[in-house]
Amino acid sequence: MTIDTETVQRERLKSRSGAESTSLVRAELPRWAPWAVFAGSLVLVGGLLAITGFSIGLFVVGSVVLYAVVTYALSRVVEGGRKATDRLVTIVVTSAFAVALIPLISVLVTVIGNGIARFDAEFFSSSMRGVVGEGGGAYHAIMGTLIITGLAAVMSIPIGLLTAVYLVEYGGRTRLSKAITFFVDVMTGIPSIVAGLFAFALFALFFGPGVRMGFAGAVALSVLMIPVVVRATEEMLKIVPNELREAAYALGTPKWRTIVKIVIPTSIAGIASGVTLAVARVIGETAPLLIIAGLTTSVNLNPFDGRMATLPVFSYTSYAAPGVPRDPYIDRAWAAALVLIIIVLLLNLVARLIARLFAPKTR
Amino acid sequence: MAKAIEARNLNIYYGSFLAVEGVTMSIRPKTVTALIGPSGCGKSTYLRSINRMHEVIPGARVEGSLELDGKDLYAPGVDPVGVRRQIGMVFQRPNPFPTMSIYDNVVAGQRLNNKKMRKDATDELVERSLRGANLWNEVKDRLDKPGSGLSGGQQQRLCIARAIAVQPDVLLMDEPCSALDPISTLAIEDLINELKAEYTIVIVTHNMQQAARVSDFTGFFNIEGTGKPGHLIEMDETKTIFSQPKEKATEDYVSGRFG
Repeated sequence: MTIDTETVQRERLKSRSGAESTSLVRAELPRWAPWAVFAGSLVLVGGLLAITGFSIGLFVVGSVVLYAVVTYALSRVVEGGRKATDRLVTIVVTSAFAVALIPLISVLVTVIGNGIARFDAEFFSSSMRGVVGEGGGAYHAIMGTLIITGLAAVMSIPIGLLTAVYLVEYGGRTRLSKAITFFVDVMTGIPSIVAGLFAFALFALFFGPGVRMGFAGAVALSVLMIPVVVRATEEMLKIVPNELREAAYALGTPKWRTIVKIVIPTSIAGIASGVTLAVARVIGETAPLLIIAGLTTSVNLNPFDGRMATLPVFSYTSYAAPGVPRDPYIDRAWAAALVLIIIVLLLNLVARLIARLFAPKTR
Repeated sequence: MAKAIEARNLNIYYGSFLAVEGVTMSIRPKTVTALIGPSGCGKSTYLRSINRMHEVIPGARVEGSLELDGKDLYAPGVDPVGVRRQIGMVFQRPNPFPTMSIYDNVVAGQRLNNKKMRKDATDELVERSLRGANLWNEVKDRLDKPGSGLSGGQQQRLCIARAIAVQPDVLLMDEPCSALDPISTLAIEDLINELKAEYTIVIVTHNMQQAARVSDFTGFFNIEGTGKPGHLIEMDETKTIFSQPKEKATEDYVSGRFG
């Protein structure tokens, strides 16, 4: 009998120490294991493809899939189900990010590679007046883009900002604010060509058919820009804590002054980056400007008088309808695209700078 | 400077919902009055109606009369902005303006209302207000640093400095210590004791020891059930409320039998 109980107790002890669920220490894959698996999959898939015929797409996709499967299986055996799922999801998320990055990098590489050829001083200093074939530049288009986008921003920012202030601070749930929100949503979705046609129809009423002017282009762009500014500003104003408004009211501050001196300064960083994104969204618009601003070969700095070249339209027409010889036109089209990307990049930097300058500080 | 507050048969509504019913209360100048009671009984609502802050919520309105030294605060033509300049408020959570330095936070009341002041007058006001809020020694070397970098208790004293910098007649405090640790709470309570020499103070608190420590008078609010309006059950000297209240409900509440 005594022996019997001892065996039972020993058995119990054994099963207890064997039960991993109570232990805090768990087996873990060594740090180098995932890298080894990755290298292994690259070699294996590469070797297989070398036999059947190599293709870079198949190579990358095959390697990643094999890597994911092997890592999951290995981790499941060694580390258990939860860790294995963690590793699998990490791989999926990272791959999704890489896939999202591919078009971006591809665009950058292509534009820089093709655009750098004509990215010279002449491109920034001369227009296309009297230029056939080699030489020439996009000075007129750069100025046109800056003038038209600038005018669009000057029109859209006050209107958008004030609309957002009305919606957040005064509108509440009134019928008017509901209607404004609805139409802003609708406007966000209208195709840009419709905005161009709207501006064309509007200005044709005053100046007769066939009207072309930079200012009309700015109007078309602001139709596209206003809803973006409203949305971005609205979101930023909404996250200003109500306590700050109440603190200002309790000091005997009128509502409008509370908005101007407390609410907007608190959210100015977010508003600035929202506005910059809105500018970046419209600066590359081609369709409306093609209709209403048209294209010219010479410098026109007066937005109220006649056709005005812009970078997207310049790029488009150089590419779609090149002259003879063809190559200089294509080069200029790419260079114009590169300049446009650089302008957007600079705008983003400015927005970050503004955000950093105005952001509420904690120390 | 300190002024008296007289409420007669005050009903406070949010839309059609009657939140507080029939409050009649007189608050003497240069005293501390504590409002106690269970959550949702309307003491904060009542407090906010004194400087018309509850009107920030759409649909809020008031019946009855509320007078500051005999002047009806709800008479037609009275500007709530003007009322709030005379009746300051300190909130439950410290809320210094994040875009402003400590210095600018203190003079925010002046700056926001575009009062032009000379530099030395402003400096003096900042020092006086911060000294009044027992914060001067802790922040005098970093007045240009943001107010949000201070600790919770310091931020709350900064908010008190901001409130007294506009030189109000009455100071309302809505649970000013509920987000603070005991040491910061002690600092604020000492401050309240000093401030009552100059101001009429009304404080809402959930902490009955605090009410007993700082107040001269205590009002007990209660509610019969959810959806029913809150009532002022009893108001008396603090020591009476805590030793021999007239009402059974008050006694139950202050002795910890419910709530």
